[in-house]
Amino acid sequence: MAGISLAAIGVGLVVIGASYGIGKIGGSAMDAVARQPEAASKIQTAMIISCALIEGVALFGVVVSLLVA
Amino acid sequence: MKYYIVFVFIIIFSFNLFSQHNENNETENNNHEEEFNATEVIMHHIADVHDWHLWTITDKETGEEHHITIPLPIILYYNGNIDIFLSSKFHHGEKAVVKDDRVYIIHHEKIYMANKQNTLDFDEEQNVTNIMPMDFSITKNVAAMMFASLLILFIFISVAKSYKKRPGRPKGLQSFMEPLIIFIRDDIAIPNIGEKKYKKFAPYLLTVFFFILFNNLLGLVPFIPGGANVTGNIAVTLTLAFITLIITNISGNKRYWGHVFATPGVPIWLLPIMIPVELIGIIAKAFALMIRLFANITAGHIVVLSLISLIFIFKTVWMSPVSILFVLFMYCLEILVAFLQAYIFTLLSGLFIGMAVQEQH
Repeated sequence: MAGISLAAIGVGLVVIGASYGIGKIGGSAMDAVARQPEAASKIQTAMIISCALIEGVALFGVVVSLLVA
Repeated sequence: MKYYIVFVFIIIFSFNLFSQHNENNETENNNHEEEFNATEVIMHHIADVHDWHLWTITDKETGEEHHITIPLPIILYYNGNIDIFLSSKFHHGEKAVVKDDRVYIIHHEKIYMANKQNTLDFDEEQNVTNIMPMDFSITKNVAAMMFASLLILFIFISVAKSYKKRPGRPKGLQSFMEPLIIFIRDDIAIPNIGEKKYKKFAPYLLTVFFFILFNNLLGLVPFIPGGANVTGNIAVTLTLAFITLIITNISGNKRYWGHVFATPGVPIWLLPIMIPVELIGIIAKAFALMIRLFANITAGHIVVLSLISLIFIFKTVWMSPVSILFVLFMYCLEILVAFLQAYIFTLLSGLFIGMAVQEQH
């Protein structure tokens, strides 16, 4: 039981970190698109790549927690 | 107006589902009290199995459960002997299968060699200690993967044929597939790999995109031929990521290897640290590809199944509309994720290949 609750706390921490990162990327991408609407598609691609990289790290945490729990 | 009708249907449908379950539950309760274990049910649904379960019939009088399944071939290799038989010979794990002097027992979807008393040995933690034969069976995942591959072959051969028949004017299936193919070419292959070299890698990117996309979408279909968790199986994503790793490193040019073994602008004394870091970087990229696809699809399946499990955990009528609406919402999200993960896998594969083949600039 202790393992499961610790794993749940770990997942929570991972989610905080990942959502902070993805939120920051999303906000900056919005700013960038507002300044240069013609570069929207390029910004979007870069945004999705960096979101995917952050999400990858977050999912490492989720998988490790699943294995521990 | 339409929305109201849909909403009413959802409510009626969800009550209907529940009442059916209630009947079953009562008959079950009469015979044997069974506690609903959500974790077990969910893990059973996302794991790979040796037969394709269709539905379960509960006998109203005796309360016995009959599982209706499609048996799949089991292929085992042990000490130079290959044994092939159908999974129905195990009778859902109740019977052992005897081939010459070899006795096979299935326990929690894993096949073991029986010991001298034709049983299984357990250690203190209830783990089986018997020897396992090599299992090359056509499991549910393999069968679903074959079905998806046949579907892809059928669709693309017919599309290719109609391009030969009527060049330049897409129609029917063609007009559905063409934007996707052009999207991969113009938005992934050309910007990342470059105008000159993309033609060599575009077939791989298209294959991997459509393979992941079809398997993701078929995994969301709750009945046969869908319902298998193919892209949520780590062996499948490992293989896909491994192919990307091999292609990236085989097509890597002098510049790419130069960046790995003698990163420009790095002082010589730092190289002993930099070379291992760069080598780990090569593996880590493929590793992240593997984990990302596996975890996204598995997490999606787990969320949908947990929301459905809520009905059985709360054991109340009022939970089912809520949980069905949530499941509906999750399904919409999952369709987005199915496309997004196929796109991201292809995009990152294209990016890594592009980094390996680009010239000095």
